[in-house]
Order: sequence, then C-alpha cells, then structure tokens
Amino acid sequence: MSIELKHINYIYNPGTTYEKHALKDINLEILPGQFVGVIGHTGSGKSTLIQHLNGLIKATSGELYYNGKNIYAEDYDMKSLRSQVGLVFQYPEHQLFEVDVFTDVCFGPKNQGLSREECEERAREALNLVGFPEKYYQQSPFELSGGQKRRAAIAGVLAMRPQVLILDEPTAGLDPRGRDEILDQIEHLHEQTKMTVILVSHSMEDIAKYVERIIVMNRGEKMLDGTAKDVFSHYRELEQVGLAAPQVTYMMHDLKEQGLPIHTDVTTIEEAAEEIMRSFHD
Amino acid sequence: MKMIQAEELVYEYEKRDDEGNVIGMNRAIDEVNIDVQQGQFVAILGHNGSGKSTLAKHINAILIPTGGTMWVNGRDTKDPNELMNVRQSAGMVFQNPDNQIIGTVVEEDVGFGPENLGVPTEEIWTRVEESLKAVGMLEYRTNSPNKLSGGQKQRVAIAGVIAMTPQCIVLDEPTAMLDPNGRKEVLQTVQELRRQKKVTVILITHYMEEVIDADHVYVMDSGHVVMQGTPREIFSQVDELKKYHLDVPQVTMLAEELRKRGLELPKGILRREELVRYITELWRMQNVNRT
Amino acid sequence: MIRDITIGQYYPANSLIHRLDPRVKIVCTLLFLISLFVQNSFLGYGIATIFLVAVVKISRVPFKFIVKGLKAIIILLMFTVVMNLFLTKGGEEVIHVGFIHIYEKGLRTCVFMAIRLIYLIIGSSLMTLTTTPNALTDGIEKLLHPLNKIHVPVHEVAMMMSIALRFIPILLEETDKIMKAQIARGADLESGNLIQKTKAMVPILVPLFVSAFRRANDLAMAMEARCYHGGEGRTKMKPLIYKKQDYVAYAVMIFYMAAVILIGRFVTFKLWIF
Repeated sequence: MSIELKHINYIYNPGTTYEKHALKDINLEILPGQFVGVIGHTGSGKSTLIQHLNGLIKATSGELYYNGKNIYAEDYDMKSLRSQVGLVFQYPEHQLFEVDVFTDVCFGPKNQGLSREECEERAREALNLVGFPEKYYQQSPFELSGGQKRRAAIAGVLAMRPQVLILDEPTAGLDPRGRDEILDQIEHLHEQTKMTVILVSHSMEDIAKYVERIIVMNRGEKMLDGTAKDVFSHYRELEQVGLAAPQVTYMMHDLKEQGLPIHTDVTTIEEAAEEIMRSFHD
Repeated sequence: MKMIQAEELVYEYEKRDDEGNVIGMNRAIDEVNIDVQQGQFVAILGHNGSGKSTLAKHINAILIPTGGTMWVNGRDTKDPNELMNVRQSAGMVFQNPDNQIIGTVVEEDVGFGPENLGVPTEEIWTRVEESLKAVGMLEYRTNSPNKLSGGQKQRVAIAGVIAMTPQCIVLDEPTAMLDPNGRKEVLQTVQELRRQKKVTVILITHYMEEVIDADHVYVMDSGHVVMQGTPREIFSQVDELKKYHLDVPQVTMLAEELRKRGLELPKGILRREELVRYITELWRMQNVNRT
Repeated sequence: MIRDITIGQYYPANSLIHRLDPRVKIVCTLLFLISLFVQNSFLGYGIATIFLVAVVKISRVPFKFIVKGLKAIIILLMFTVVMNLFLTKGGEEVIHVGFIHIYEKGLRTCVFMAIRLIYLIIGSSLMTLTTTPNALTDGIEKLLHPLNKIHVPVHEVAMMMSIALRFIPILLEETDKIMKAQIARGADLESGNLIQKTKAMVPILVPLFVSAFRRANDLAMAMEARCYHGGEGRTKMKPLIYKKQDYVAYAVMIFYMAAVILIGRFVTFKLWIF
C-alpha cells in the first residue's frame, strides 16, 4: 500500500503558449497507514500531484510505484488502481447524481462489478463511516445541507473500499462547524480503518492538528516534507512563498524574541499554552 | 446619518411537501434590528443557515421583508418605485466569483452596472477606469475574467459595484471560496476602499479574523441577532461564540487558555502584538519580583 | 481536447481589425463567405487568399493560433475531400487503380472544396478572435434591431448569447472535472455499445445540469443586484458608431467582392452549391 514517486514531472499543454511545468522532479514515498497533509496555494501543483496518485493524470516523465508495481507499465490494471486509491475531489457534492443518497453511494461498488447485496453492504458501511444519518438514506442528494452532501459524496468514494483515501480540500466552502465536523470524521475514519489518508489543504491551521506528516508544495516543487514541528520551524521560508504558519508559531517566536525562555516548536494552542505557563513557573 | 436600518425585520417562506403543498412557514429571519451609520464597517457573523445571507439580500432588495421594514439610505425597500435607487445605493458582492461576472472582458463587466443605470458613455469609461484603479485591477482591464484567480475575480466584482457609486457595499461571504492569498487580497481591497472612498461596508462572513477591524459586529444564529458589540466585546465571550459554532482566532483562543491557567490577561485580546506585549510584561514583572 | 476549439474564443490584441465596428466584421465575414461560393477559379481563390492573408496579418492574431482551430473540423474536411475526389466524374481520368477512378474534375472539386472549408473556418474564427463576444452580440443586436418592430426580443436574445459565451468555457472546465471525478469512482466512459455509452453519460450530465441551473440562478441575482432591468433606459459603454476606418473597411470589402466576382466571371463562372 505504499506509494512511491520517482522523478515525476508533469507539463500541461506542452509545446503551446499555455505550456506550464506543473510538477518538477517530485520524489516521495507515502507509507501504509500514514496520515499526510499536502499544503500549497492555488497553482502550487498539489491538485496535479494527487491526480497522479490514482492515474487520472499520467506523468510526462518519471515513475510511480503502487505497492512496488510501476503503474505506467503496459499491463497495469488502472481500473483496479482507481478503486484502491480513492480520490475525493474539491466540492465532491457536485458529482452527486442519483435519485437518492443510498443509490448514489452504490455507484462506485456497482462499477467494480459487485453484486447488489455487496454494493448495498458497502454503501451502508461507507455512510456509517462518515457519520451520515440513516434517516436521510432515501433523500435526494440535492436536498441535503452542505455538510451532509459532502459526507454523502465522500461515502461514495469510501464505498469502493480504497486502501488510500485522498481528499482535495474537503472543507472548502464549509463554515467552521462543518469544517471541524468533516475533519474530525476523517480523523476518526483514519483511526478506525487504518487506511492511508492524504489531505490536501491550503490552511496550515486546519490540518496541523490532524496529520502526522506535512508535504509543502510550491510552484510545482516539493518544498518541505516532515512533521508539523519540522515544517513550521521553517516559518520564515513559508511566509516568503505566501504560506503562513499557524498564528501560534508566530506567537512563540515573538515571545522568544522578547526574551522568554520558551521552546518554539509547538503546533497547537494547547501546547502553546502549556509551554508559556512552563516558562512562567520555571 | 443612518445608512441601513432593519426594524423588526421578518422573512418567512413557505415550506412545501413533495407534492408542492404548503405545509407551514419557515422563519429565516425573526424580528431582527440592525443599525448601520454612514461610513461604518459592520460585520455580520454566523454559521451557514444562520440567516445572515438572507439578511444581506434584504439590503439590496433582492428579498423583500415579509414583516418589519428595511431602510436603505432612508428608502423603504418595499417601495417598488425605489427599487433601482436602493440597489444603486447598496451594491452587493456575492460568494461565488464566477457566477457574478457578466462581462466576457473585465472592463465590460465593470461597465455593466453603470450601463443599467443609464450613465452616459463617457462617464461610464471614467467610472470603469477609476473603479478598476481603486481595486488594483486596471492592468487587467482587457483580460478575460476566466483567466483570473479567485481573488482577482472578486476584486473585479467589487469594482463592478464601485462603478455604480454606491454609498454602501454589502459583501456576502466574499472570501468563502478563496484560498488564503485570495482572502487577504480581497480584505485589503475592502480596507483600501474604505480609506479612499469612505464607503460604508457590511461584511457577511464566518471567518472571525476578518472582522477584527470592524466598528460593530452582529452575531446571528437561527434567524436572530444573538450577540452584538465591538469586536473586543464579542471576542471576550469565547465560550458563547463557540456555542454558535464560530471560529475564534487562534490568538484570542490562546489568551483564553492562558487565562484559564491563571495568567492575568484582559479579555478579548484580538491581535498577536497585543498578546505578546501582555505576556512579556507579566513575565518581566514576575522576574523583577523574584530578584 | 476541449480546449483546442478556437472558434468563439477571443484573442486580445490591439489591431485595426480588432478596432473595427463589429457590424463591419459581421457583414464582411458574411460577404467573404459568399465570395468563396460564387466563383470557382484559381484566380478567384488567389485573390481570396491574398485578401485573407492580408487581414490575418493586420489582425496580429498568430497564424498558429488560427490553424489550431482547424483541428476541430479535420474529420469533416477529410470526409468532404474524399467524397469529392472519388465520386465526382468528368474530364480526363487521372488515376485508375483497381476500382478507384479519379477524374480531373474530381481532383479540382476536392481541392476547391477543401480550400473553401478551410477559408470558411479561418474567416469566421478570425471574426470571433478579433471581436469580444460582447461586441459581437452588440453588433448582432444592432444589425437585427429592425426586427424589434415585429416584436422579436432582440436585446434579450443578444444578452442571452453573451452570457452563454461567457459561461461556455466555465461549463467545459466543469464537465472535465465531473468526468474525472466519476472516473475516479470507477465509471467507464469509453467501452460498451452506443446504449451503454449513452447511459454512462448520465452521471456526468445530471451534475452538469444541476450546476448550470445553480449558476443561472446566482447570475440572475447578481444581475438584478446591479440594477439590470432589460434593455430599456440602458446606455452603452461601447456604443456602436461607424468611424472612418469602418467606411474604409466596407469600401475595401466591396472592392474585393467586385474583383473576385468579375475575375471569377471573366475566367469561368459557375455557381457552386454543396
């Protein structure tokens, strides 16, 4: 279940005036069960990167291994890759189309050629995993609230029982409550299923709390890759490329400059509060 | 002078079952009172479905109250004869950057409003140029909107409103679909406009960081105004804000956590520099006492 | 793929052609298309070629950009060429291999057909490339204005056209996104017979329509908010007033038409219709 990228390059519209080098020599490995955050602003290549992972976009050059197998090999089964690496696009509710939520979630498994009973079992399991209330199963997906629509859409991908789940800005357009609920649910899901989860976002503050590893993309290049603490310690470089570290990181550095004997490598408000209090009591 | 005034505003709509029969009434806005003075920067906060966008649409007379009155620049929005005047005095910027740009070229889009108002051609051109300059998009005037970033599109939309020379701009979640850079871009533009044109701004949002500079903040929940006051007054009630599912800025949260742990900080700290100053002072005082 | 279509796209540049009144461009494009069909001589096409090349040069639209637009009609082009080549009889037989007979007349027709089609596309895409969709609809609105008298809602139709033009690229991009999303859910859009393929379109068309309606709704609200209330009492940012250059353009066009027709007639005159 590991994903390995070797020297991946991707160029949009090669040879035209719109040519754009979207990914530049990307090397990385994502291990089974990891919870990874990919951060970068619009145009940084993060969306292009994740579309490589399930073969929707083919690299211009370089190799991509899924479980040790080169997915660009001629006899590679792309369809099975797509069911193993589930990709939830931005605003996923825009792809709902069936008459009711339950049938819509069955769409993925049905495409996998499963029997009706199995489709339904998986749909139920997936809807359960995202915390979608059973009383709305027969509702039209277009009549749900924003947050519920999004859950239904995520369930649509989960129903394929992927081993890797990639979510492209799953909180876009949601309000703070919707955002927290979805992120908590994803965390819960990760704990429960132990699947690899890749979360794409442009907000450091949102994902610092959840992920164990952050990959920062900038202008098509992998800029930083490490734990939240590692990444945020480069807060000045992050700022230069227009990606702010969380407010607490700045706070801690400001306080240190003022002479307080504190460690600056905190990532959450809780940790920051503890650290500041410690400096008072020492 | 009063720019916007909502008096016991009520907005109800019919709830229908599957066959389309009316089965009851829903109150999206329930007896809301709001006052906005000329030149003020007022923010309306609330989560999705709290009624804040419905309220915003009343200011521009897209929705007409079913009860109470909405006054815009002294005009009753219910009066059909005042419709164009109301819409001209209170311009509106919406959430989705793509779905509010009508023109296929930036400058033509900005000219759309003045065209509708029947402004003479030469004046449209001066207005378009001035408005694009005000939002810093003049160099893109002949571009297609499709090639712009989200933040740039919103700035074009703002220019389109400015070109109608409104006294008041209502921004309905203008940053909800943007990335952090786009959000910053739009907010800076709004601040700049306030400085240059002294225009009244009403910002509807669910991002608390965006309202720190507001003169007055209203918090809405299920159709009611549940809190109001200066940002400092509002932010000092962290627990209550959380009850309405609003996102308190990290700085304010951290200050609150520290207060809970016994640090003597004032309530409602909004800015990083402020918190750093307080903590440093406390820390120095403690060290002086020790030595 | 979808992005290759250049017809209907605008190429921003500041050239004489760009500055011409859209009405001039519409009328002249129509005349140019007619000029391709009222004559059938090498000399006539020669003049058309010189004229077209000159206009393209003046327009400052890169030739590469225009050629790209031809890709979209390549199949139609091949089809016409092949049909004419093999099925037109007359004149001397040029090639005879097995059951294939190619006659001089067939060869001639197919070459002319190809030229006509290519020039037709270049001519009309040149119009859209040098005219903003808004100007284009303004032009059509003004040209069709007399129809108002017989209660044709000319302004509304023109507004609809310009909105459609604005949203076509957005909806194309959206289609692309929805397709990818459904492929990621295992949808098979390629294999199967016609019925299966049609069925496979449902997961794409339903979300696309839903989105189009949502956008239409939003846009209607945004237009209302900006005081849109139909064509009445509306002024124009870019009113259409003929300038000197426009009259000159008409004159050049008339001169060209006269030249093509006269020369076409002088050499051989045949009216060709498909």
